[in-house]
Amino acid sequence: MSRSTKALVAGLMLAAGVVPAAAGKLGLGREATPAEIAGWDIDVRPDGQGLPQGKGTAAQGEGLFQERCSPCHGDFGEGRDKWPVLAGGQGTLKDDRPDKTIGSYWPYASTIMDYIRHAMPFGNAQSLTPDEAYAITAYLLQLNDVIKDPNFVLDQNSFKTIKMPNAGGFYDDDREVAEKSFWRKDPCMKDCKSKVELTGHASVIDVTPDNKSGPKVD
Amino acid sequence: MTKETEGLKGDALARSRRQFLKAGATGLAAAGLGAGVGSSLARAETAKPTAAGAKAAAVSDPANLPPNVAEWSKVLGDGVQAHPYGKPSKYEAHVVRRDVEWLTASRESSVNFTPLHELDGIITPNGLCFERHHGGAPSINPHDHRLMIHGLVDKPLIFTMQDLMRMPRVNRIFFLECAANSGMEWRGAQLNGCQFTHGMVHNVMYTGVPLKVVLEEAGLKPNAKWLLLEGGDASGLDRSVPIEKALDDVILAYKMNGEALREENGYPLRAVIPGWQGNMWVKWLRRIKVGDQPWHTREETSKYTDLMTDGRARRFTFIMDAKSVITNPSPQAPLLFKGRNVLSGLAWSGRGKVTRVDVTLDGGKNWQEARIDGPVLDKSLTRFYVDFDWQGQEMLIQSRAHDSTGYLQPTKDELRKIRGVNNIYHNNGIQTWLVRANGETENVEIN
Repeated sequence: MSRSTKALVAGLMLAAGVVPAAAGKLGLGREATPAEIAGWDIDVRPDGQGLPQGKGTAAQGEGLFQERCSPCHGDFGEGRDKWPVLAGGQGTLKDDRPDKTIGSYWPYASTIMDYIRHAMPFGNAQSLTPDEAYAITAYLLQLNDVIKDPNFVLDQNSFKTIKMPNAGGFYDDDREVAEKSFWRKDPCMKDCKSKVELTGHASVIDVTPDNKSGPKVD
Repeated sequence: MTKETEGLKGDALARSRRQFLKAGATGLAAAGLGAGVGSSLARAETAKPTAAGAKAAAVSDPANLPPNVAEWSKVLGDGVQAHPYGKPSKYEAHVVRRDVEWLTASRESSVNFTPLHELDGIITPNGLCFERHHGGAPSINPHDHRLMIHGLVDKPLIFTMQDLMRMPRVNRIFFLECAANSGMEWRGAQLNGCQFTHGMVHNVMYTGVPLKVVLEEAGLKPNAKWLLLEGGDASGLDRSVPIEKALDDVILAYKMNGEALREENGYPLRAVIPGWQGNMWVKWLRRIKVGDQPWHTREETSKYTDLMTDGRARRFTFIMDAKSVITNPSPQAPLLFKGRNVLSGLAWSGRGKVTRVDVTLDGGKNWQEARIDGPVLDKSLTRFYVDFDWQGQEMLIQSRAHDSTGYLQPTKDELRKIRGVNNIYHNNGIQTWLVRANGETENVEIN
């Protein structure tokens, strides 16, 4: 295409409101600086990526936990009122009322660091230093019997040695295989049942608002 | 609701009605009952009311009925601009979100429910979209809000809201359902109202920029496989999203139903992950990190994983399966009149479109195809109706949705047989309401 033709095409595109950006880019946004990224880059992965510089022990975490965490979670992670229970429940996952806690259910210890760095204490998020986060994490792992030694130093390196009891307890969504019976044609439309029986009603349990009793929610 | 007005006449009735309507907003709100105050009163005198219908009809004030001339036909009403941001009539003040306070430790980490029984069509009005927060809803100055994209990208970028609004836009209507919707119903019929059993769902039109466009601006490295989406609220909620989904149909939205996102729904920016669980639609979105593995955050390990009977749990159960519910009649919307009635409900699927909805009025002995009305869109709520005659017989009513992949909504028993009762999430089982001879309706389970 000649130069003058290119100019013509560009002009027509401009007139039509279509302006091609350089190399497919829109030219919007600006480069984030390393400092800006560092201020927000608080996630932690199971392979250790994102773990901050710092360290802490369960012994150090105990005092911090009493101060910052126990008002909701109880001194030993047993939970107060409706606030989450953080410890115990190991071996209960097949029970009628399983107790799902850090020790009984969570697959990775990194999740503790990731979560508390993002969200805890409740109402004062992102206030813990990395050392404090390590110490509290170590204390939680000790409460759940994953760390035995209160002076075990949890840091970027030792983190990878922590294995959670329920690490093998999860599998990817398999509904398309396990529940393939739900993909079905031509369900019954006439005379599908000989008898209809009530097997339960809400008015018996009647937990609709304004009733104070009822099921607990996770 | 109106025991007091039964048997009243003339002035006594008028006085009582004014008192009722004044107290009406709170009275009705507490009862969760909304039926009748609007349209059904107009014909209450000529229809054959049930006991509940008679109660609703008794609220009419003869002074306003022909041959008398109503007050509002004589005096001037509000001028324009009385309400620069309009609100519904005060007679609709019972149409609100509701919560169940005793379910959670605090309202900042909690949920409320869309009043499905009061709504029609497929669009949820912005002020009625259910809320689910993990650290309260922040009030963010849009000029201070930033979206950071970094990690496995050619160039880490920061965008202002204005940058995002200068990118190519799309408009899409999608449902957003919390995976825990109907979660309280796993063990049996529990909450007496479709607002509470099914109200963690809404459907709005989103306007925003495709995430693909934003990621292309930063340039994805070849080993980019997962994204971490992170919110700027006090929970900093973070979720891992597979890159294929991100590049497929994920939108970064800043408008809902034409206007800016409400604060409680993510203002100024949220993720829209069509057909997938609501928790992933990160609100108050401040950061997207590009990586090669999932992060296994709390919301995808401790929570939003589905415990099965063998003690193992499904994870990454992203898709919301086909589901439906009859919204009228329902416990908060009893039948008021014998004769012609409209059964109404909603159906949806995270796998595609709703292709058909079947309804039974006799507990599953016989089914009929419902009439789907209005737009039928991919991964959107769909409205269905059955026009029926009611002679005061007891009915056990259910609906079941078929979707475009050939999936048929299962019963709760079928789900429990495979998953047990501790799954917590993804309860898309068929809902049964028992309509009694007096029109009152109850949440039940049947064989």
